[in-house]
Amino acid sequence: MKQSNWVQRTGLALLCMALSLPLAVNAQTTLRIGMTAADIPATTSQPDSGFEGNRFTGLTLFDALTMWDLSSAEKASTIIPGLAESWVVDAKDKTKWVFKLRKGVKFHDGSDFNADAVIFNFEKVLAKDKPHYDARLVAQTLPRMPTLKGASKIDDYTVSIETSEPDAFLPINLSNLFMASPTAWAKTKSWTEFAKAPVGSGPWKFVRLVPRERLELEKNAAYWNKARVPKTDRLTLLPMPEANTRVAALLSGQVDWIEAPPADAIPQLRTKGFQITNNPYPHTWPWQLNVLPGSPLADKRVRQALQLAVDRDGLRRVLGFNAIPAKGVVFEGHPWFGQPKLNVKYDKAAAQKLLAEAGYGPGKPLKIKVQISASGSGQMQPIAMNEYIQQQLKEVGVDVEFDVIVWETLFNNWRLGAKDPAARGAHAINVSFAWQDPFFGFARFYDSRMVAPRSVNWGWVQNPELDKLVANARGSFDAKARDAAIAKLHERVVDESYFLFWVHDTGPRAMSPKVKGFVQAKNWFQDFSTISMQ
Amino acid sequence: MFFYFIKRLFLVIPIAISVTVVCFSLVYLAPGDPLSAILPSDASQELIDRLKQEYGLDKPIPVQYAIWLGKAVQGDLGTSIATGRPVTSELGRAISNTLILALFGSLIGFSLGVIFGTVAGYRQGTWLDKCVTAVAVAGVSVPHYWLGMVLVILFSVTWNVLPAMGAGPGGDWVWDLEHLQHVVLPAITISVIPTAIVTRTVRALVADILGREFVTALRAKGLTDFGVFWHVVKNAAPTSLAVMGVQLGYLMGGSILVETVFSWPGSGFLLNTAIFQRDIPLLQGTILVLALFFVTLNLVVDLVQTGIDPRIRRA
Repeated sequence: MKQSNWVQRTGLALLCMALSLPLAVNAQTTLRIGMTAADIPATTSQPDSGFEGNRFTGLTLFDALTMWDLSSAEKASTIIPGLAESWVVDAKDKTKWVFKLRKGVKFHDGSDFNADAVIFNFEKVLAKDKPHYDARLVAQTLPRMPTLKGASKIDDYTVSIETSEPDAFLPINLSNLFMASPTAWAKTKSWTEFAKAPVGSGPWKFVRLVPRERLELEKNAAYWNKARVPKTDRLTLLPMPEANTRVAALLSGQVDWIEAPPADAIPQLRTKGFQITNNPYPHTWPWQLNVLPGSPLADKRVRQALQLAVDRDGLRRVLGFNAIPAKGVVFEGHPWFGQPKLNVKYDKAAAQKLLAEAGYGPGKPLKIKVQISASGSGQMQPIAMNEYIQQQLKEVGVDVEFDVIVWETLFNNWRLGAKDPAARGAHAINVSFAWQDPFFGFARFYDSRMVAPRSVNWGWVQNPELDKLVANARGSFDAKARDAAIAKLHERVVDESYFLFWVHDTGPRAMSPKVKGFVQAKNWFQDFSTISMQ
Repeated sequence: MFFYFIKRLFLVIPIAISVTVVCFSLVYLAPGDPLSAILPSDASQELIDRLKQEYGLDKPIPVQYAIWLGKAVQGDLGTSIATGRPVTSELGRAISNTLILALFGSLIGFSLGVIFGTVAGYRQGTWLDKCVTAVAVAGVSVPHYWLGMVLVILFSVTWNVLPAMGAGPGGDWVWDLEHLQHVVLPAITISVIPTAIVTRTVRALVADILGREFVTALRAKGLTDFGVFWHVVKNAAPTSLAVMGVQLGYLMGGSILVETVFSWPGSGFLLNTAIFQRDIPLLQGTILVLALFFVTLNLVVDLVQTGIDPRIRRA
C-alpha cells in the first residue's frame, strides 16, 4: 500500500513537472525600465533626448565604430573597438584616419555590415545631396563631432575618415555615430518610417514601439560580441517623466528599474528592499565665470577665492548625498585629473585672504550676479543648491544676486555668451554639463576659438596657454599621450578656475531585488546585456 | 432653429481664425529655441542657424503662419520636429486616449454631481446638505495631481490592487479588465473637479427652483412629488448642461498634470512633451485641435440648450 502511494506520488510529481516543462522552457524574462524621458527617444539611429537617448535607443539597438567599455564600476570608462577593430591616423596627414572594420557582423535584418554601410551612415549626416541625408539626424550628431568632414571606402572592410583639422578626439566622438542598416532604410527611403521598425546590429532587436508609451526590445542572440549577448530575453522601456510616478511604478511592481529616483524616496526604497545604485559619472554642476575685462572675476585671485569658499559637503546634504564634491572638471582618480596646484576644498581663511589681496573686504564686498534656472535637464536642484552657495559666499563677504530665468532661456543665453545683452551683466552662469569626451569637457569651454556663437565658451576665456594645451591634446594621437595631454590641460583649468566646480552627479537608480548583475559604470551609458532577472 | 444654427455656425468662423492666430503666435512668445526639440544642449549657435534655414524657421513669422494655416485647413498639421511623425497621427492617438479618460471621468463626475446636487438641493440646510457642500468645496479645492498621488500610494503601492501608471499594455485601447484597471485611478482623479462643480451648480439650481412660486402652485394643484421633480429637472437642465459642457471641454482637453502623474498617453501628456521639447508643430497642432474642440463643444451645448429652452434662441 505504501509502495503504491509512493508510486502514485512520484507519478503525479513527474506529471506536474512534465506539464510545467513547456512553461519553464517558454518562461521569458523581461527587464522593465522607467525612464525620465517623456517620450521614447528617437529610434532613427541617432537618438534625441541627450545621452539618455543614446543610453536607451542608441547603444541597445545599434553599434558604433567605437564604443565605451562599460564593464567596470571602479575604473573610468575608456574607448574600445566596436564595429571597427582598429584605427590609425595617417602619419603624414593627421586629418586622415584609416578604420579597419569588424568582419562577419550582420544587421538584425540579416544584411552585412561593411564599408558601404559605414559610408551610408556618414552620408546621412554629412552629404546634403544624398537622399538619406536628414537634418534631424545632423542635429543629433554633428554637435558631438564638430571636426568630422567625410568618409570614403578603401575596400569592403576598410574606410578612410577625414576631419577638418587634426583631432585626436575623433575615436571618442565616433561612439555617437550609430550604424543603421542601409538595406532597411532603402525599403521606405524615409528615416521616419525606418524609426517605426529600426534595424541596427546592437545587442537588442526591435519588437514594438508605441509612441510615448513603450519600446519593446528582444535579445539579439546572434550578437557579434558573445560576452554581451543579453542575459534577459526582453527589455521594455517606459517613459515616466514624473519622479513620483516612477517610484510608485517601482513600488507597485509595474517596473523593475527606475532612473533618477528622487532623493527623499531613496530611504523608503532601501527600507523596502529595493537596490539603490549610484556612481559618479561625467556630469558636473558648476558656475561658469565671465572673465571679460571689467568683470571682477577676470582676477584669478577672486576666482580661486570663490573656489575655496564653499563647503561642498553641505551641497551633498542638500542632494541627499547623491553627489560627490567636485575638485575639477573630472573627478579625482580619473586619467584626465592630473595634479592641479590648487587643491579645491573648503578653506574659508584662504578664501578671505585671497579676496583681501584682490581688494575686497568688509568695507568693499564683492558683488556678483549669476544667471540660474529653477529647473532643467541635468540641473539637479538648482534653487536649493544655489541658495546654499549664496549663503556660504556671504560668509566670506561676497554678495550674490541671482537672475532666475526659464531653463530654455538660460540655455539660449549660454550659447550667446557673456558679451550678449541676454547675459544682463551676469558674472556667472549655472549650466551643468557632460564631459564624456574631451571636446565636451574642455575644448568647447577653453579654446579661444569656441567663444559664442561658435560654441559655449560663455565667459570668453582667451588664454593662449590653454589654447596651446587644447591643441596639444587634440594633436596627441596615442591614447596614453592624449590622456596625459588632457591631464595637463585639466591641471591648468583647475588652477585658473574659470569654472567654480561644485559637485559631480552620481546618477542614482533604484531597482527590484530581482535585478541581478548590473554594473553601474562611471559613464552616461550603461550595459543592459549583463543583467539577469531572478 | 435652422437659421439659428446657421447664425451660430457663422459666428464660429471668426472665433476659429482668432484661435489659429493665438495658438500660432503664443508659442513664439515662449522662451527657448524652436529647434531645441532635436538639438542637444551642446549645439552651437552656428549649427542652430543652419538648421533653422533647413526647417524654414528663418522665414518671417507671418509667412510661417500663412504656410501653416494653408496646410492646416487641408488637414495637414505638419510634422513633429522631435519625432518626424505627422502631428495628426500623434494627435489622433493621444486624443483617443484622452477621450477614454474623459468618458470615464465625466461618467463619474456628472453622475455623482447630479445625484449629490439634487439630494443637497432637496435637503437644503440639513446635515446631508452640509456634508455634500463640504465634499464639493473639498473637490474644487484639492489639487488633483496631489489626489492622484495619494490614490496611487493607497491603491497601487500600499494595497497593490490597481496599476500606478500607463493606459495598459500599450497600443490601441481594448475593452478588457486590464485596460479598465488602468483607467480607474486617473478617471477618479480627473472627475473630482467636475463632480464638485456640477454638485454645486445643481444644488443651487434645485434649491432656487424649489423656492419659486410656480413649484408651490404645482404642489397646491396636487402634483405628485415625481411630477414636481420632473419640472425641477426641466428648469435646471439648461444651466446644468452648459456647466457640464464646459467641464467636458476641460476633460477632453486633458489634464496635463493628471496625465503626467499617471503617464497617461493622452493629449495633456502630449502637450506636456511638446512644451518641454518646444516641439512647435506639435504644440500648435495640439492647441489648435483642442481649442477648436472646445469651440465646437460650446456650439453643441448652445444648440442643445436652445432645443430644451426656446427662450435662449429668442434672447
